[in-house]
Order: sequence, then C-alpha cells, then structure tokens
Amino acid sequence: MKRIVSILEGVGSVVQLLVKSVSYAPTLPRQWARFVEQCYLIGYTTMPIVSILSFFIGTVLALEAGYSMEGFGAKEYIGSLVGLSMARELGPMMTSVLLAGRVGSAITAELASMTVYQEVDALTVMNIPAARMLVLPRLAAILVMMPVLTVIANIVGWFGGAVVARYVSFVGISSESYFAALRHYTKFKDVIYGMEKAEVFGFVVVLVCCNIGLSTRGGPREIGAAVTRGVVVSLILILVLDYFVTKVLM
Amino acid sequence: MNEPATSACSKTRNPFTGVEANAVGVRVDAISKKYDGVTVLKNVTFDVQPGEIFVMMGPSGSGKSVLLRQISGLEYPTSGTVTVDGMDPCLEETRYRVRIGLVFQAGALFNSLSVYDNLALYPREHRSGGEASIREKVMHALRILSLEDAARKFPSELSGGMKKRVSIARSLVMEPQLMLYDEPTSELDPVMSATISEIIATLKNEYSVTSLVVTHDRALALTIANRVGILMAGRLVTLGTADDLRSSTDPRIVDFLNPKIDIEHPRFKKLEAQEKDTS
Repeated sequence: MKRIVSILEGVGSVVQLLVKSVSYAPTLPRQWARFVEQCYLIGYTTMPIVSILSFFIGTVLALEAGYSMEGFGAKEYIGSLVGLSMARELGPMMTSVLLAGRVGSAITAELASMTVYQEVDALTVMNIPAARMLVLPRLAAILVMMPVLTVIANIVGWFGGAVVARYVSFVGISSESYFAALRHYTKFKDVIYGMEKAEVFGFVVVLVCCNIGLSTRGGPREIGAAVTRGVVVSLILILVLDYFVTKVLM
Repeated sequence: MNEPATSACSKTRNPFTGVEANAVGVRVDAISKKYDGVTVLKNVTFDVQPGEIFVMMGPSGSGKSVLLRQISGLEYPTSGTVTVDGMDPCLEETRYRVRIGLVFQAGALFNSLSVYDNLALYPREHRSGGEASIREKVMHALRILSLEDAARKFPSELSGGMKKRVSIARSLVMEPQLMLYDEPTSELDPVMSATISEIIATLKNEYSVTSLVVTHDRALALTIANRVGILMAGRLVTLGTADDLRSSTDPRIVDFLNPKIDIEHPRFKKLEAQEKDTS
C-alpha cells in the first residue's frame, strides 16, 4: 500500500512539475542562452554515441536478416527490413535508452546535487523558480533535439546495414538493391512515426529525471541513489510507453 | 514582545541607490515543526522588530536552522504561523513584495557560475536594469565585501570565509529588506569571524536592514545583537538583550554562555590513559 501511495505521489509531483514548467513557457525567449546550452549538452554531445550505437544496430539487423532470408531467397528485401525496423522502432527506442543512460543520469545528478547543496533553496529564496530556470530549458531542448538524434540514428543505422549487405560474403547484395528496397518500403510517414515516438520518450525521460533530481532529500549519498532511480524509472517508462504509444499511433 | 512586527517606524536604505524603504519585521507565532514524527521546534513565539539585529542562539541540533527555513519561506511549519511584514513568506507574491536575503551555512553558491554571475543572477532574472547597471550593482556589492579580486573566480576556488562573504554579497545585490544568516561564522577563524560580524553590523547600522542571525557563536551574538533568544531542544528558553543574558541566573543560560570542561569526565580520563600508553 505504501509503495502504491509513493508511486502516486511521484506521478502527482511529475504532473505538477510539468504544469509549472509549461506555465513559464513565455519566459523561454529570454532564456535563449540556457536553451542553446541544453541543446548542446543533450544533442551535440550525445550524437557520437548515438551514431556508433545505431551503426552497429544496423549492421546486426542486416546480418540477422541476411542469415534468415537467405533460406528462402529474399535477400533483396534486407534493405526494407533494416529501413523499417530502424525508422519505426529501433531508432527511436535505442536513442531514448541511450538518452536515459547518458542525459537522464546527468540531469538527475546535477539537479540532485543542486538540491542537496541548497542551491535550489537559494533559487527559491531569490524568487527564481527551479521549474523556470532548470526544467523548462531542458524540456524545450529535448523537444528540438530528439527528432534530430532519431533521424541521425536512422540514417547511420541504414548505412550500417548497407555496409554489411555489401561486404559480408554470405549476404552479398549490392548497395543499389539494398537502398532500392529501403526506399520502396520505408515511407516518410514511418520516419515521422518514429520521431513522434522518440519525442514522447525523450520528453518523459527528461521530465522524470528533473523531478527525481529536484525531490532528492538527504546528503551526498542520496545523489547516487537518485541517479540510479532516475535511469531505472526512465528505462521502465520507455518500455511501457513504447507499447501504448505504438498502439495509439497505429 | 507581543507588539505586531510591522514596518511602521524603521526605514531601510538601499545600499546601491540610497532610496529609503520601510524596514520589515518578522512575527513567529507558536510554531512547531515535525519531521517524521520527531518534533524539532516546539511552540516557538517571538518577533523581530524592523531594523534590529536579532540573534537566535542555541547548541547544535537545537532547531535553529529549521527555524530559519520556516521564516525564509522554504517550508511551512507543522503548526503556528510565520509572517514577514504581515505576509506569508512561503507565497511567491510575498517574495515579490518583500526581498529576503538568506546566507546559507555552506554558502549555497551556484558552482557552475563565477562569483560575478552568482551575484548577477538575481537582477538578471528579475530584469532589474540593463547589463551596465547590473555590473555596477554587482561590483559595488563586491567592493562592500572586499571581494573585487574574486569576481572571475568560481566557488570551488574560494576559501570558506570568501564563500560566506560571496553569499552575503549575493544577498546584498537583492537589496534585501530582511537578511537571514545561518551560522555565518561557523568554520571560520577568529579574524574572519570578526570581519563577518562587522559586515552584519554595518548592514544594520548603515542600511537599517532587519537581520536575524542564528548561531552558536556566543561572541558574535553578544557583540552585535540588539536582542538575543536562546533555543534549546526546540524550545525558546529565553529572550532579552545581551546584558539581560549576561546577568541571568538561570542555570541553563549560565551553562550555555560559560561552558565548563569537566576534566574528571570518564571520556577525558580514557584519553589521558591512551596518551600514557602511547608514550
């Protein structure tokens, strides 16, 4: 019972934080510098690792597809399988998982340490709401950067698949046929569909991690516990939301 | 003591513009505070008159910092009320009308910002003037606290005393009507403690800022206070001027003001024995 109450309290405080942050949306233009800084931290610094991960997801997809499809002579369709899988599911999902681990943990650690060392209290006394200065720019940045990261993940993943399709001997199809199948079966709406999913996941990860950071109580030891909680809750939410968002968008 | 603490008589003077404004008073009315069933403050009542320096003393763990959190509006008391200039300090509206500066025990400086940006944050966020006037304000506050050379440094590069002074300067830039100090001289050497005491007295004497200081530093309290309260185990045990306290015969106050070290205590005997063994 206590556990359920604490989950409901958590949901309530996340909703409260969201409402508060959105109510400060008109202040965003004068927080331009903070917004750009967050775009850099969330987007630019995550780009290399998203690219590496996506490249290898693309290669594994192509390998597995090549191995399975060889049996019934459908190797020419590897491009469509990699294209659709990356655009609709693996691109947004893996980008969000990576975001939870890299950006979510960093946000939780930063805000938890600001809370524990009374910097957030200092902001409150100075009448500078944490929701305005610390949460809003991060939420705005993730809304802008998440689609960009997802598109990069898709493109790099597709190229990873193309490399395997072309150079691994038992797959061995030309880049032209790989991309022809990819282009034919992967539509623009599939890419948009994946971006929408990623947008939801990214927004939830940042919001939840901000909330966990700002509600940290106690000493420095709690910062580590908050980071673990932030990442675990984010990963669970991504997987649970994936089902519901997929169902809604279908 | 039961007179309402309002801004009727005293005036604060803005340290930057010289413009006068009403000084504010604080009223703490029968507040209690509980955390997880443990009562930290028990029915505490007192007021701080506009323009005075009120010092709340007490041993560690007596609830002084918790009291300050209630007055600064960071928390609501479990029961009782706190008003600053007649208003609830927890409300955002009150913070717009009454500027409260709080000097945290550990400084609570923003580690990612330089000293200059720490001070400039408040005026920038509240859009009080252009960058030129903000710069003037910040440099003036740094000059008052003799910190001009530290403007470009980051909090991690500062000593404990400097952090405290930066924290005071940051509050000063807010042009506060009420200053709250949480253990302003803890962890400082005697010279730095004296400097901080002087700064608190200067803010009161030159700018008539109402000040509430919580500390266990007896020397600081008895030097700068207009009135002193002593908090023990969450209860306010006495309230009066520094002279009232010095002449008190209440054994709790006498013991607190003149702590004696009992060298016959088993703890000291044990240490003595250990020392002998080592030698």
